[in-house]
Amino acid sequence: MSSQGIGASVRRTEDMRFITGRGRYTDDFNLPRQTHAAFARSPYPHARITGVDTSAAKDVPGVSSVLTGADMAADGLGGLPCGWLVKSKDGSDMKQPPHPPLAAERVNYVGEPYAIVIADTPAAARAGAEAIIADFEELDAVAAVDQAIHAATIHPEAPENRCYLWSLGEEEATNEAIEAAAHVTSLKIVNNRLIPNAIEPRAALANFDASNGEITLYTTSQNPHLARLILAAFVQIAPEHKLRIIAPDVGGGFGSKIFVYSEETAVAWAAKRIGRPVKWTATRSESFLADAHGRDHVTHADLALDADGRFTALRVRTTANMGAYLSTFASSVPTYLYGTLLAGQYKTPNIHVEVEAVFTNTAPVDAYRGAGRPEATYVLERLVETAARELNMDPAELRRKNFIQPEDFPYQTPVALEYDVGDYEASLNKALELIDYKGFPERKKEANARGRKRGIGFSCYIEACGLAPSQLAISLGAGVGLYESGEVRVNPTGSVTVYTGSHSHGQGHETTFAQIVASRLGIPFEDVEIVHGDTGRVEFGLGTYGSRSAAVGGSAIVTATDKVIRKGARIAAHLLDADLDEVDFEDGIYKHRSSNASKTFGEVAFAAYVPADYPNDLEPGLSEKAFYDPNNFTYPAGTHICEVEVDPDTGTVEVVTFVAVDDFGTVINPMIVEGQVHGGLAQGIGQALFEHGIYDDFGQLITGSYMDYCMPRADDLPSFKVDTTVTPCSHNPLGVKGCGEAGAIGATPAVINAITDALGIREIEMPATPERVWRACKTAAEGGQ
Amino acid sequence: MSRFDYHRPNSIDDATRLRGQHEDSLFLAGGQTLLPTIKQGLAAPSDLIDLGRLDDLRGINVSAETLTIGAMTRHAEVAASAEARKAIPALAHLAGLIGDPQVRNTGTLGGSLANSDPAADYPAAVIALGATIHTDKRSIAAEDYFLDLFETALEPGELIVKVEFPIPKRAAYAKFPNPASRYAIVGVMVAETKDGIRVGVTGAGPCAFRCTPIEEALAKDFSAEAVKGVAIDHSRFNSDLHASAEYRGALVGVMAGRAVSATG
Repeated sequence: MSSQGIGASVRRTEDMRFITGRGRYTDDFNLPRQTHAAFARSPYPHARITGVDTSAAKDVPGVSSVLTGADMAADGLGGLPCGWLVKSKDGSDMKQPPHPPLAAERVNYVGEPYAIVIADTPAAARAGAEAIIADFEELDAVAAVDQAIHAATIHPEAPENRCYLWSLGEEEATNEAIEAAAHVTSLKIVNNRLIPNAIEPRAALANFDASNGEITLYTTSQNPHLARLILAAFVQIAPEHKLRIIAPDVGGGFGSKIFVYSEETAVAWAAKRIGRPVKWTATRSESFLADAHGRDHVTHADLALDADGRFTALRVRTTANMGAYLSTFASSVPTYLYGTLLAGQYKTPNIHVEVEAVFTNTAPVDAYRGAGRPEATYVLERLVETAARELNMDPAELRRKNFIQPEDFPYQTPVALEYDVGDYEASLNKALELIDYKGFPERKKEANARGRKRGIGFSCYIEACGLAPSQLAISLGAGVGLYESGEVRVNPTGSVTVYTGSHSHGQGHETTFAQIVASRLGIPFEDVEIVHGDTGRVEFGLGTYGSRSAAVGGSAIVTATDKVIRKGARIAAHLLDADLDEVDFEDGIYKHRSSNASKTFGEVAFAAYVPADYPNDLEPGLSEKAFYDPNNFTYPAGTHICEVEVDPDTGTVEVVTFVAVDDFGTVINPMIVEGQVHGGLAQGIGQALFEHGIYDDFGQLITGSYMDYCMPRADDLPSFKVDTTVTPCSHNPLGVKGCGEAGAIGATPAVINAITDALGIREIEMPATPERVWRACKTAAEGGQ
Repeated sequence: MSRFDYHRPNSIDDATRLRGQHEDSLFLAGGQTLLPTIKQGLAAPSDLIDLGRLDDLRGINVSAETLTIGAMTRHAEVAASAEARKAIPALAHLAGLIGDPQVRNTGTLGGSLANSDPAADYPAAVIALGATIHTDKRSIAAEDYFLDLFETALEPGELIVKVEFPIPKRAAYAKFPNPASRYAIVGVMVAETKDGIRVGVTGAGPCAFRCTPIEEALAKDFSAEAVKGVAIDHSRFNSDLHASAEYRGALVGVMAGRAVSATG
């Protein structure tokens, strides 16, 4: 391992520009003759628009145009599509109601935009938006996921607000196994709604160039090519070759910037319509209202065990909130990214899951860090921990007894996935050691003496990253492929520019991808430049989500790099007067095996561009590209253990110790991986203790700012103890699995399992706020539960 | 955000005169509540009169019996003041718990008291220490100052000049912060003053108040134990997303007990 190769904690190339304020985010770009946009948004969760009077808005000084949903409809723009067609168990297609970027006839959630106001300044645009007088006829609204099917229908296309009823696994066998079981653990599990909070809010800046008919849209996107595809093929803003999407530096996404939203769409449309650049940057309040939210499930689940404590069956019934419209990947989250994960790390022979997706008058719900996998892990790990307590078994030992063993791989689960490799006991053992499991009873006693209740909770999670392969996913309803592109352009002087379809918005690709290429080519790390986030520069890509960048994007780069090495070998063979099979490439040098003569990579690159002495049958130049389509998911897994102390007088929960041992396969940059784990853990703990997107019964968002929506902060968290175990992924060239979401998946159940252990109770709702915990302490003290 | 005219007077007289001239004007102290309120369109003053240049409103002075703090003194200044920390360490500690560093370096004592947010920290100290609020017109005793939710004894245009805190024999402040906003869900200051035990509570009710049942219990036995089991009437307490009235009621007792323990 070199100091900057694979496995080295290279400091992030991008950090200097970020921490010195030289990053260039969408809002940092300004164009000549630029205007500013603001949106008029529905104050009602559900209403018919009976009139929009824009005359006063047009009179506001500085306002140049006011465009409504009706104007957009008149221009013939298409709606925002959902990219994954899920079929119900009866074979019917999911209900996909139209989603106009600007509402024209009805509004279905508070914050839904129905007009865009263009002005000289952001303040004038906002004043204009406030001056629009719209008449609404209010309709009955529903926000709660478990009330949706009993409420007024939101979309005529989806009676009773039902979107689909999806199932996976053997229902009959599962029911029979549960009937026959020695013990059944049953829980009702609520997965609380979360609101993503990237540091940088969404933003867009669009320009229409009348000379060539091209629209350029700078925007906060995790996957600019997907945005271009949707805006061209579905919304039909411009043909794909006349649309350029630039997603420059992007300050965090967590899934919320995968999707194509109304505002970015409207800005691009407006720029063409008025013939001037249009810019919009969301306020934090707008982000709360109109970014896609996450989670929001209600689940009833049963885990059956035999007399020896072996899992015999798992039955899961979930209702999932889609919000008011189907966001870009909303339908896939509670199905193919949830139901398929319910085997976890265990050899449960019978699993059946049924998911009803419903519409409500709330912001759309879509993928948020982990996307379906945190929900699955939460269901399973709460059940397993509860079963252990009911059977008076050690929760670690119950898990160990049911683990898929190393010799079982490849392991076909009853819920479609085939795990390629893993060693779950290795992670568990390391985590038990790190937390000093044996010492826990003593620590509990000591805490008790201080009036604190101490508890320990486990979570053995699995996730599936690098969604694949394309053909299978498309056969299951995916509207796009799941490969990634990579292009390695060697410059004549031997430095390298790499183009990737992955998109970095905090992940550090400019560092890790450069490590991969530099170590493979044997050239200095500094000689590699990573380009991403621009459809005008990168050939194609599917972006970054689902912890896919290293496993899929990295593999594409490796494949292209290897093509470069192979072509270079042909050039080197010619220069060295050798047969191709006599040339070896190592540490940046092509060597003639028998004569010991050699050419450096730089010399070969130069020869490729100045082909004075060059093979007759070879094209000049040294630039290769690859599309990499994985043949399976990758399966990161690990054990998280949390210890908490509860103050029973106030209900405050302190996370005292948190251990995370993860198997991400080969680790490219341990420091970046550790950073990803820390961030994920903060979000996972945030869900367990603090975060909750709440709509009241009337459909108003009542956690619309940081005054009420509680984000985890540094002083809420302990110093994490993280470590890794390694079983390299068996089917990609790097052996990598993905690490971006693991923390957010594993942490949540570990925290809740620790709190319920501390209090000796069965359940507590998330987030476990001080008042909820105080009430649970009180009830427990009064002999309840 | 609506348009307004901005004034920066150099004397108290000029400030109050401007305030009188413009009916819809407001004084601007640290602006930590007022400016976000204006930005959100919840307030639309015609004129803002910035008090930032009024040096007469700033400063911390100690006498044998009192600690006097100018209305425009920043929270961070109180928290860091050697005089304040020596005279009333509980008050300096309280100031250091307000908001975050940005708020503490900008927000002021006078601004906090004039706004009288039910969850602000300073009101608990004003009540518990029996402070006197001096305005440009008169002096107001702590008990007469806080009237209701965001409602004080200040008349329109009346300007807080300074606050005089009698130095207690001992005092301590215990705060249970809202996890999201870090305002006080309940904050309790317990003080042993020359007039006896005083307990000031913020966060729990519509405005800060003296908690008589706890004062009576502590007068008999100044110990954390004595506070346990004291019945707190929470019927008029605040109830919101973060804490019900009942929970706030329980926290008043718990925080009072912790404040007693912290007095040492």
